[in-house]
Formats: sequence, structure tokens, C-alpha cells
Amino acid sequence: MDLSAYPLELPESDRPMVRFMNVTKSYGSLVVLDSLNLDIQQGEMVSVIGPSGSGKTTVLRMLMTLETINDGVIYVDGKPLTHMVRNGRLVPADEAHLRRMRASIGMCFQHFNLFPHMTALQNCMEGPVQVLGLPKAEARARAEELLAMVGMIDKKDQHPSRLSGGQQQRVAIARALAMRPRIMLFDEVTSALDPEVIGEVTQVIRKLVAEHDLTMLMVTHQMGFARDISDRICFFYKGRIEEQAAPEQFFTNPQRERTQQFLRAVKDAD
Amino acid sequence: MTFDWNWEFAFEILPRLLRATINTLIAAGVGYGIAMILGLVFALALRSSGRLPRTLLREVLEFIRSTPLVVQIFFIFYVGPQVGITLSPWVAGMIAIGLHYSAYLAEVYRAGIEAVPRGQWESCRALNLTTRDSYVRIILPQALPHAVPGMGNYLVGIFKDTPMLSVIGVTELMQAANSIGSETYRFLEPYTLVGLIFLALSLPTAGLVRLGERRLRRKLGL
Repeated sequence: MDLSAYPLELPESDRPMVRFMNVTKSYGSLVVLDSLNLDIQQGEMVSVIGPSGSGKTTVLRMLMTLETINDGVIYVDGKPLTHMVRNGRLVPADEAHLRRMRASIGMCFQHFNLFPHMTALQNCMEGPVQVLGLPKAEARARAEELLAMVGMIDKKDQHPSRLSGGQQQRVAIARALAMRPRIMLFDEVTSALDPEVIGEVTQVIRKLVAEHDLTMLMVTHQMGFARDISDRICFFYKGRIEEQAAPEQFFTNPQRERTQQFLRAVKDAD
Repeated sequence: MTFDWNWEFAFEILPRLLRATINTLIAAGVGYGIAMILGLVFALALRSSGRLPRTLLREVLEFIRSTPLVVQIFFIFYVGPQVGITLSPWVAGMIAIGLHYSAYLAEVYRAGIEAVPRGQWESCRALNLTTRDSYVRIILPQALPHAVPGMGNYLVGIFKDTPMLSVIGVTELMQAANSIGSETYRFLEPYTLVGLIFLALSLPTAGLVRLGERRLRRKLGL
């Protein structure tokens, strides 16, 4: 693929926190994302919605570098994430570059993926100690502060198997935040939860939006929640952004036929 | 033909057999130690290296698993000197048995590692752990409980295979029984006792492995 058309770095005047530039992802002949262009500004909360198979989760996974991309370039804070500069041109990123860039991104998963052999506290200390090289005492203080923030401080010595889904997800949020990311990704973090504990997780995310200057990208099926807290809604359909708008505009006056259909179907399901 | 079990003779040779049992335990222990470490190296190499070395290693391990241990023992001990590697029976025996069982343990580890959900790897990446830290701190501790039953089976297996070392003159239990037989022309007592000693050591091992697995799971909070 020809990368000469892509800048080595985004100019100061046009530097969103995240920029997807013509990003394409396919598995064999199945195109999951088709030449995606998407900017996310510093401090913005963007919700990604759409029918399953529309490629919305893939967007997050590519940004977390869990998936490679087939074409295009992703920039984070102006610098290429999926590529690096060598001899004045862009080449695919090596592991060292990915590790450097990944430091500013955190992610929470649908199935929490806590480390089952560690307590809640240990889960939150693992990254800061092993990756950031924080002294144990400092990592512990940071972990305890975050566990308190998500309301899990009194369960800090429990293993994940002893916690409910909602509790596990709150620990997972604290764990991701302990790495002090500038971008947080939430991949259907309430989809695997029982209805009565969804609120305790969305409450934590609301708090993050209100009190922190994080850039956030969230894939969700909860339209009401997305409408409440997002700065912008992106509706994905068949690997493309079909429509994007501010929540009020998006939910009250959707422009595209596909969007209207989707919103009707979601409403009927409720 | 009479079946004349002689208690007096049995008790007379028992101390000698028990002394040899210690050598058997050492042989099994050292061989297993080698197999555990080498097996892990192989299992990790199978997952990480490039396509060609991986295929090569897989074929070599398949070869080791598909040929009899006793042939490998003979090969290392007798063919080694012809290419300038002269080893004592003990060293040759430990290498042969360790290498042989490492090929089996590599499979056990591989299955254990693959039983760890993919989401654990994704968490490791999201937290930016190095591959090494991911293995050592996250993946292997979770793989271990899955591997313990298989590892236990091969511990008993390696123990029962130590008599093969007698073919190159390692003074383990079987070798001691053979010596007694050729000195006294009595075979019933020594071989019966050998069988009983193996039984007495194998049976509790299986139980201990099960206990160990339960303890481990509890300790890891799984």
C-alpha cells in the first residue's frame, strides 16, 4: 500500500486526539471497515452505535492495537499509531513503537477480562508496577484511590470470582485508569451485565465524563445512556459511518434512512 | 514347578532394594526436572518463533514421542562416544529420559496455555505488559492448573520408565534386582518386591497430584 500521501505527523493546527485516515480492515474477503475517516477531539466523548457486524467494536480494537489494519493510518495525538517514521517515510509499527503509543490508551472489555488469580487491588497495581515501574507503595495508593472512586475499596482484597459482573467491571475501569491513559475505550462494557447492575457501571462512566478530561470512545447498545453523556454519536452500518451528529440532533432528527430504521428497531425492542 | 516364596530371603534383600530405590527416585526426579524445564522452553518456542523453526521443532518433538525411550537411551549412550560425546550412564540416562518426557510435557503446557481465554492476552496488551511479563505473571499462572493433571500422569510415567536405565547400567531398582537374581538364581522375591515398591510409590503420587491441583486452584483464587 502507498503511504506517501499520509503525513508523518499531523500539523499543530489540525491535531485531533485520534484520527482514523482511510482505515480499512478486512478478514479475507470480508470487509469489516471500509476506508474509515474519523476524528475525535481531545476531551470528547464519542459513542459508537450500530447493528452487530457493523464494525464498531473493530474500531476500538484497532485503536488499542489488538487488531492490525489493512490500509490507512491511525494517528494518536498527531503521531502515527499503526505506523512509525523510518528514513523519512511511514513503515508499519514495530512492537517497541506500539508499546510507546499504547501507553496513552486504556480499554475496558465486555467480559471484563480481570486477572482471575489476582485480587481487585493486585489487578489495579499490576500495570503501574510492571509497566510504569512505580514503587509498590505508590502503585497501591493510586490503586486504592481509584478503587474508592469506583466504589470498590471495601472489596479490594477479593478475587474476581467473588465479585458480581458489575463489580468486576468497575474494578476493570479502575485498572485501566491506573495507567493514567489519555484515551479510554469502552467496548460494550454493560452488555454482559444483569440489568440491575448496569447502573453502577454507567454511574462510574458518568463520573469520568464529568470530572476528568479524558478522551473517550464507547461502543454501546444503551441509547439512553449514550444520548445523556456523549458529545457525538457515530452510527456505523456495514463498515462505514452512516451518520454522525450531536446526540439531540441524532436521536430527534436522524437524517439517513438506515439510522431511522435502526432507531425504530431499538425502540421496538424496548 | 513350585512357587516357594522365601520370607527370609525377601527380608535379606529388601535393604539393598530400598537403597536402589533412592537412586530410582533421584533418576525420576532429575529426569522430570529436566523434562519440566525443557518442555516449557519447547512449548514457548512452538508459540513464538517463525514458521520454519516452529515446523522443524514440531517434527523433532513428534519424532521423539514416536520412538521408544529405550532406543533413545541406547543411542545417546552408545552412539554418543562415536561422535565424541562420552557420557556416564547416569548423565546419558538423565538426558535421554528428560528429553523424551520434555516432548510430552511440551504438549501438556501448550494445551494449558491455550486453555487461558484470549481476553487475558487482550488485557495484557491493553495494560501494555511485555510479552515476557504477560507469560510469567498472567498466562502461565493460569495455565498451570490446567497442566497439573497431565504433568502428574507423566511424573508417574517417568518413574515407571526408570527401569529402562538399567540397560546401560544405571544402578537403579531394576538393576539391583537383576544383580540379585544373577547372584542367587532366585528371581521371584526380587522382582515381586520391585513391583510392590513401584506400586507403593506410584499410587500416592496420583493422589498427591490431585491434592496439589486443588490447592493450586485455591491459592490462585480460581
